[in-house]
Amino acid sequence: MTQAIKFYQTGTFTVGNRLLQPEQRSVQSSIERNNSLNSGHRACQGCGEALGARYAVDAAMRATQGQLIAANATGCLEVFSTPYPETSWQLPWIHSLFGNAAAVGTGIAAALKVKARKAGLAESAVRVIAQGGDGGTTDIGFGCLSGMFERNDDVLYICYDNEAYMNTGVQRSSATPPAARTATTMAVGPNPGAEFGQGKNLPRIAMAHEIPYVATATVADLHDLEAKVEKAMSVHGARYLHILVPCPLGWGAASSDTIKLARLARETGIFPVFEAEHGEVTRVTEIRHRVAVEEYLKPQKRFAHLFAGPGRPDLIAQIQADADRNIRRFHLLAPERSQ
Amino acid sequence: MQKPFAITLDPGSSLANKTGSWRTERPLYVKRLPPCNAECPAGEDIQGWLFHAESGDYESAWRQLTRDNPFPAIMGRVCYHTCENVCNRGQLDASVGINSVERFLGDQALQENWQFDPPKTVSGKHVLVVGAGPSGMSAAYHLRRLGHAVTVIEAGPLLGGMMRFGIPKYRLPRTVLDAEMQRIVAIGVNVQLNTKVTDIVQTMHDGGFDAAFLAVGAHIAKRAYLPAKDSSHILDAVAVLRSMEGAEPPMLGRRVVVYGGGNTAIDVARTAKRLGATEAIIVYRRTREKMPAHDFEVEEALQEGVMVKWLSTIKSAEGGALTIEKMILDEHGKPQPTGELETLESDSLILALGQDVDLSLLDQVPGLVLKAGVVQVDPITMMTGHPGLFAGGDMVPTERNVTVAVGHGKKAAIHIDAWLRGAVVSTTTKSAPASFDRINPWYYSDAPKTVRPQLDIARRTSSFDEVQGGLTLANALFEARRCLSCGNCFECDNCYGVCPDNAVIKLGPGRGFEFNYDYCKGCGVCATECPCGAIDMVPEAM
Ligand SMILES: Cc1cc2nc3c(=O)[nH]c(=O)nc-3n(C[C@H](O)[C@H](O)[C@H](O)COP(=O)(O)OP(=O)(O)OC[C@H]3O[C@@H](n4cnc5c(N)ncnc54)[C@H](O)[C@@H]3O)c2cc1C
Ligand SMILES: Cc1ncc(C[n+]2csc(CCOP(=O)(O)OP(=O)(O)O)c2C)c(N)n1
Ligand code: SF4
Ligand SMILES: [Mg+2]
Repeated sequence: MTQAIKFYQTGTFTVGNRLLQPEQRSVQSSIERNNSLNSGHRACQGCGEALGARYAVDAAMRATQGQLIAANATGCLEVFSTPYPETSWQLPWIHSLFGNAAAVGTGIAAALKVKARKAGLAESAVRVIAQGGDGGTTDIGFGCLSGMFERNDDVLYICYDNEAYMNTGVQRSSATPPAARTATTMAVGPNPGAEFGQGKNLPRIAMAHEIPYVATATVADLHDLEAKVEKAMSVHGARYLHILVPCPLGWGAASSDTIKLARLARETGIFPVFEAEHGEVTRVTEIRHRVAVEEYLKPQKRFAHLFAGPGRPDLIAQIQADADRNIRRFHLLAPERSQ
Repeated sequence: MQKPFAITLDPGSSLANKTGSWRTERPLYVKRLPPCNAECPAGEDIQGWLFHAESGDYESAWRQLTRDNPFPAIMGRVCYHTCENVCNRGQLDASVGINSVERFLGDQALQENWQFDPPKTVSGKHVLVVGAGPSGMSAAYHLRRLGHAVTVIEAGPLLGGMMRFGIPKYRLPRTVLDAEMQRIVAIGVNVQLNTKVTDIVQTMHDGGFDAAFLAVGAHIAKRAYLPAKDSSHILDAVAVLRSMEGAEPPMLGRRVVVYGGGNTAIDVARTAKRLGATEAIIVYRRTREKMPAHDFEVEEALQEGVMVKWLSTIKSAEGGALTIEKMILDEHGKPQPTGELETLESDSLILALGQDVDLSLLDQVPGLVLKAGVVQVDPITMMTGHPGLFAGGDMVPTERNVTVAVGHGKKAAIHIDAWLRGAVVSTTTKSAPASFDRINPWYYSDAPKTVRPQLDIARRTSSFDEVQGGLTLANALFEARRCLSCGNCFECDNCYGVCPDNAVIKLGPGRGFEFNYDYCKGCGVCATECPCGAIDMVPEAM
């Protein structure tokens, strides 16, 4: 017996939901999911990057019926998945250098285009993704990536943002948030941790290239992430997906809190989740239960100096102000709740 | 195999790397006891039946429910639903409307004419049940389902006990009561009406019964010492309510005063209103906060125009004039007289001061222990001091309500069955509670509680039509789906999805999940993200 009723107990907040039609459930809920990043990888306990990569690549595999090649930058994702001669990847996968993943993706896409033309086809059925960490994306790989955007090469670039160079021991990247302690931004002096007012916002820089599709996501909202990958694979040209992936080791957080922290990053406004097409924001994921930034900062040892002793309410207030600006800028609260 | 330059090994899979060896804690699926189930006096598996209702499979839900309680349509109307007071969802927005879904299932069963399966076995034993109230009929149902022959002997002319001769029609329509009683008769329970048992030992002997369950309730109205002239029209509440079932409604007059502060006082005042009294006034010696009646019932009575004189006692009755004394509460909250008197005119005075148990059928039963006017029983087995003689409901030391009575009936049936087989019921240890702190509320969609419709006031005071309406098909489904499934897996696939190591194996619908300990690193993400708290992390033995 079925009736028209919109309420499904957990809706699409959970991975699956026995009350939903199978097509409304996530790729991850399926017994047939690809497990593109297979068990046995050497990522830390509770690694957000390993999780985000499986979420994203499995979704891309489904969207392309398994016709997918991945190019990978140097970084944790590469190192923990492919210690010679083992691999965790269940798709054709190539690693070249730290800074050239976008260029390698471009090259593969070009080769596929030639192969398709030779076979008398308009375009290749095989699609390409390139992926890397925030260091490989926002810093050393940025030139290649900007070129890939500017030429509108047919590649989906996925950045797994854990907010530092984790693989080499937690050094600051241009995606490291202000006040965060890293090995190169120690919690000392009058402005402990990373500087305020520095760093880059790569999703907004990508938008400035006016490429067909830019989106952000977190490992805390699987349905949203999968929908964005699917959307990205439904268009051609340069596309960019920026996924926030908490790192228990680098952030000094409990391994069990990975998803919780990603959720709090979104619910505080610290990490805005949105989609943009050709340089214009087309959709934002609204905050469901707004929380103060402290709730996000406190469980992370990289921010411990903000709470030790008398604490640093001034810095916390600055972080809150940044979050509030995101909320305003991206309209993250429904109008009636934005007070 | 010809290998490329500088490559000496064949490609391998990381599956060779059993990361399970990193683990210091292991996740375990657990089943915890939800607060609703723990609270239910009738021992219902509330979460279990809500689970079926959530998918719209109302018949399975009803069958799951009636494994414990055969009266969902009655419960959905008269149960005081203490489950909802402890429901974890109450800490989120508002408790699940368990009672309203229960009623919906009960009504659905009546509409679809769902019946109980007849017993599958025949035990050859014959059990006597004395009293056809909720406790007796519950016991009869469970005993019959366990394969015993059951005879119910009832003093009154109809089944239902206080549910028929106490609880008014506007709260429990008699068609509903009749239908749920008949469904039990239909599985082969013998009923002997209009027969009062006067000597239990003799009756058991004469009928050749192997065991008996006593559930005679508490029907003797308590009296207060009240100097009164013969001309005063003084009645007792239980008698008034009972006469409502007869051919002639009781004559109460236009101005009715009810003395007492329990649910019975409320019911009798509301009944008086419906019978045409222009004024129905409850006189109660303490305050509203101290009133034993449930506040929602007081509220409904006030809505219907029932008036209450708080902090008042009746000193004497002389003809139609009652002398009322004002009270004040002392520091212990006890009412103390003030000496301040007033007169209240009334056509009739109804006493609703509680009931005692008629114990006359128990005279000289060897071993039986009476204390404070009720029969003592072993709280685990419900057996009295006389072997083979069990008792429950209002006649034993307990909270007096239908749900408790039903629970006693079930408990007694299980132990009578064991006693007849010379066995003992194995004591199952209860699982740990599914407390709210284990819930991850983020995952549940926001959803306000569904409010049941109520009859408009004009019809409420002029008829005995049912006051509270039921849920519709759509909002019953909605309400069922508000359940959080506290402490028990409801197959949301979260653990399967959130594991960064693919170390959760999904077994398929209805079969749940397993951990793959070869690869589980023990990060605990699954446990944190399990919405309902059905995963524990336990330290590994090192
Ligand atoms: C006005 C009123 C309203 C109430 N409202 C509610 C409510 O809304 N919700 C709630 O949960 N509870 C309510 N209660 C309480 C509830 O009705 C009782 O707790 C419950 O019915 C007790 O069940 P029982 O089976 O123990 O006894 P009863 O229901 O009293 O049944 C006992 C039966 O035994 C029969 N009997 C007695 N002596 C003998 C004998 N010697 N031989 C054969 N038969 C005998 C009686 O005729 C009767 O049928 C109300 C009570 C009253 C008086
Ligand atoms: C040209 C070059 N410089 C430095 C390195 C050393 N190195 C390897 S991984 C890495 C950091 C990667 O950080 P990020 O891209 O953020 O990925 P993460 O490990 O955090 O996932 C560095 C500095 C290198 N491999 N190549
Ligand atoms: S949410 Fe469901 S399982 Fe939890 S207490 Fe309420 S009814 Fe019971
Ligand atoms: Mg990084």
